[in-house]
Amino acid sequence: MSKFLRVSFVLAIAALVTVAAALGAVGHKAASDTLVFGAASDPVIIDGPLVSDGESLRVIDQIFEGLVGLKPGTTVIVPKLAVSWSASKSGLAWTFKLRQNVKFQDGTPFNGQAVCANFDRWYSFPGPLQTDAVTYYWNTVFGGFKHPAQGSPGPDKSLYKGCKVVGKYSARIILSRRSSSFLGALALTNFGMASPTALKKYQADAGTVDSDGVFHPTGTFGTKNPIGTGPYMLKSWKVGDKLEIDANPTYWGPKAKLKRIIFRAIPDNAARLQALQTGEIQGYDLVAPQDIATVKNSSKLKTLDRPAFNVGYVGMNQSIPPMNNILVRQAVAYGLDRKSVVDSFYAGRGQVADQFLPPLVVGFAKKGVPQYTYNPAKSIALLKQAGLTPPVKIDFWYPTSVSRPYMPDPSRNFQAFSASLSKAGFEVVPHSAPWRPDYLGATQSGKAQVFLLGWTGDFGDPANFLNVHFGAKSDLFGFDNPKLFALLTQADSETDIEKRTALYQQASIDVMKFLPVVPYVHSKPALAFQKNVRGYVPSPVSLESFATVSYSN
Amino acid sequence: MLRFIVRRLLLLVPILIGLSILIFLWIRALPGSPAQALLGERATPAAIVQIRHQYGLDKPLYVQYLRYVDTTVHGNFGTSIVSRRPVTTELRERFPATVELSVAAMLFAIMFGIPLGFLAAKRYGTVFDHASLVGSLIGVSTPIFFLALILKYVFAVRLGWLPSIGRQDVLLDTPHPTNFYVLDGIVTGHWVAAWDAVKHLILPALALGSIPLAIIARITRAAALDVQNEDYVRTARAKGLPPHTVDSRHIFRNAMLPVSTIIGLQTGLLLSGAVLTETVFALPGIGSWLANAIFNRDYPVIQGGILFTALVFVTVNLLVDISYGIINPRIRLS
Repeated sequence: MSKFLRVSFVLAIAALVTVAAALGAVGHKAASDTLVFGAASDPVIIDGPLVSDGESLRVIDQIFEGLVGLKPGTTVIVPKLAVSWSASKSGLAWTFKLRQNVKFQDGTPFNGQAVCANFDRWYSFPGPLQTDAVTYYWNTVFGGFKHPAQGSPGPDKSLYKGCKVVGKYSARIILSRRSSSFLGALALTNFGMASPTALKKYQADAGTVDSDGVFHPTGTFGTKNPIGTGPYMLKSWKVGDKLEIDANPTYWGPKAKLKRIIFRAIPDNAARLQALQTGEIQGYDLVAPQDIATVKNSSKLKTLDRPAFNVGYVGMNQSIPPMNNILVRQAVAYGLDRKSVVDSFYAGRGQVADQFLPPLVVGFAKKGVPQYTYNPAKSIALLKQAGLTPPVKIDFWYPTSVSRPYMPDPSRNFQAFSASLSKAGFEVVPHSAPWRPDYLGATQSGKAQVFLLGWTGDFGDPANFLNVHFGAKSDLFGFDNPKLFALLTQADSETDIEKRTALYQQASIDVMKFLPVVPYVHSKPALAFQKNVRGYVPSPVSLESFATVSYSN
Repeated sequence: MLRFIVRRLLLLVPILIGLSILIFLWIRALPGSPAQALLGERATPAAIVQIRHQYGLDKPLYVQYLRYVDTTVHGNFGTSIVSRRPVTTELRERFPATVELSVAAMLFAIMFGIPLGFLAAKRYGTVFDHASLVGSLIGVSTPIFFLALILKYVFAVRLGWLPSIGRQDVLLDTPHPTNFYVLDGIVTGHWVAAWDAVKHLILPALALGSIPLAIIARITRAAALDVQNEDYVRTARAKGLPPHTVDSRHIFRNAMLPVSTIIGLQTGLLLSGAVLTETVFALPGIGSWLANAIFNRDYPVIQGGILFTALVFVTVNLLVDISYGIINPRIRLS
């Protein structure tokens, strides 16, 4: 061999030796006081009112706390920074008695002034922060701003009217109209209390607007100094690499069991699973249905179920005939073999939905709900009764390139539904589009006649399911039903819990009679962990604390 | 040489202008909008109108384009609609990851591809030659993400020898002045961190370097076969030069001309492979960043990212052309 080749090969072999030496070195394993969690992405910003994505909220959940919280694993409202609360007779004034001797992580005392400072901050957000893309939850729950920008809702639309400090440890929130869903919404991490001192010092709302009209935060509150009252506090955040939170030594409640939690962004589902298998992470969320068996079959791993808090449905747009005919909608309901789909494609993690509300939500009707068990003959009879000649052509839309908790594989759901509808007097014309933004654009602008869609609840309140979908006219469903709209508005403004429950039960039944959609599944998403991780309690609304989690090597 | 470089640099201007128009029109021709992508199921028509207004997407196309050009020439690519951070900041953070990965992959491809190809040519027609052909074909035809998954499964999941994700162990707290992790470890004297960064590069580099390796090996083999039948090689041998001198001075140097072009082209093409490799290995580089941006219709990131990538691609090619001139004096003279 020539000298040249010898040199080349020496170099190549040197590389091999490097590899071999690397293989011999054992990687770092997490110490038992540190847990590494695989996130699907980095947070956008660590400032509750300015986000709506799950990865931001997961971190915010650990650092901030709201006036009320949820009992772990449920949607039951429990005291958090407020120890008790009461509504005035008019339902317009809510007084919160606050927990005493609580301090923010920067030493600022938590009191009535802090509560009002937070509410006033949210209500006074500057124009660029007033879009749904930034302050989705404030817009959804409170619906208006003090100084609205062009196109933004103003004080006349706002549920929030003002806040008064009543004594040192008490605050009163004044509403412009009755709403009891407001209390449930306060459990959202988006409305966690931030230190007024830190908000000011680190200029939470300061920023410049560039030539594109985009708001650039110039302060460091949401990136380097998010200060709440929670059991953990931010240690460091390097975007694309890791975000570290450390236990808060001055926390008012039981101290966090682990010293440090590291969130690591791993966007690819398969990569998260493999990182769990190698021990590089100790847990991750949103396990793909096809990976559940792998996790379950491993002696070192386990899955945890998040209670069903979603609904998968077949929507029907009544602005596109013949979907405006209730007989045709009933025919669709009888023509969908929902049980087969749920049994076949949800790996035992789904239950057939007979109404839009998941069973956990207040207002779920236990009786009186019309049932539409698969019955092709009845479907054909209904179509004939409607004056149509089967097969009736329908345009059925389904999304591609997506997996949602309520719809792990939309194309399989579509194929199965399409087959069952074909036997029930329909001729299905398939339409598909990539989920985001094409498919959602088509359905939300009213182009899709029949379509697969679903919803995961934001907070434990029926208004977040029923009012959001059926409380007003929408291009998505294309119907106008003043009676249903009035019932839902009445239910949302009722503050007496029993009356409210009864109203929502009625609404849930009415929706199933009117059939704007055919709900077919409530599914339980899965989390995966190393077997030696303990104390993680999955929440239906993903409000999960790491403070109770421990980990043994 | 200087005139050549200046001319090539001047050519960059029309290329970048043309490209900026293409990207601008292309992303706006895609269905859907950033608002739709941002809000998902929660998008309402009113919210979409509001966001389009905020981001100036309701203005005429030429106004949007002029504003884009105006900010770009001032070195500002705008702000990501999704992360709300300046595109230039994200580029600065992510570009080093892609460069590090590409350099590692190319080093792997060159260190193994050239000797393999050269040896196959020297052993023309033997079992080794045929085996290297089959190996190259497998290398070229195996999808990168598939190879990446297999490598990860074997070396990370089953054997536990190498890490499966990221650029560095999350438990290591070391400074990153340049964001080139291997370099950072060396510069700051954190040898453990540098070594750890190298370990994190091995599997992605093997996956990403497989196709260039196969191509380089084939081109080297073909070029060496061509050159070793040239008159000047025969003359050199006839003069009684030792075989290694003939190999290194006459055959290798001349055979490297087409190989250097291929290396340049492959370096540019590595960027497309980097999208998959970075996704599979959760590496925060430009590839996965751009892929996500397209998915989210994040206009400023797509525009800035592609323009920057194109600039890199053109620059790499320019460097290749310059090196071509150095390797081959005939080009330099002409």
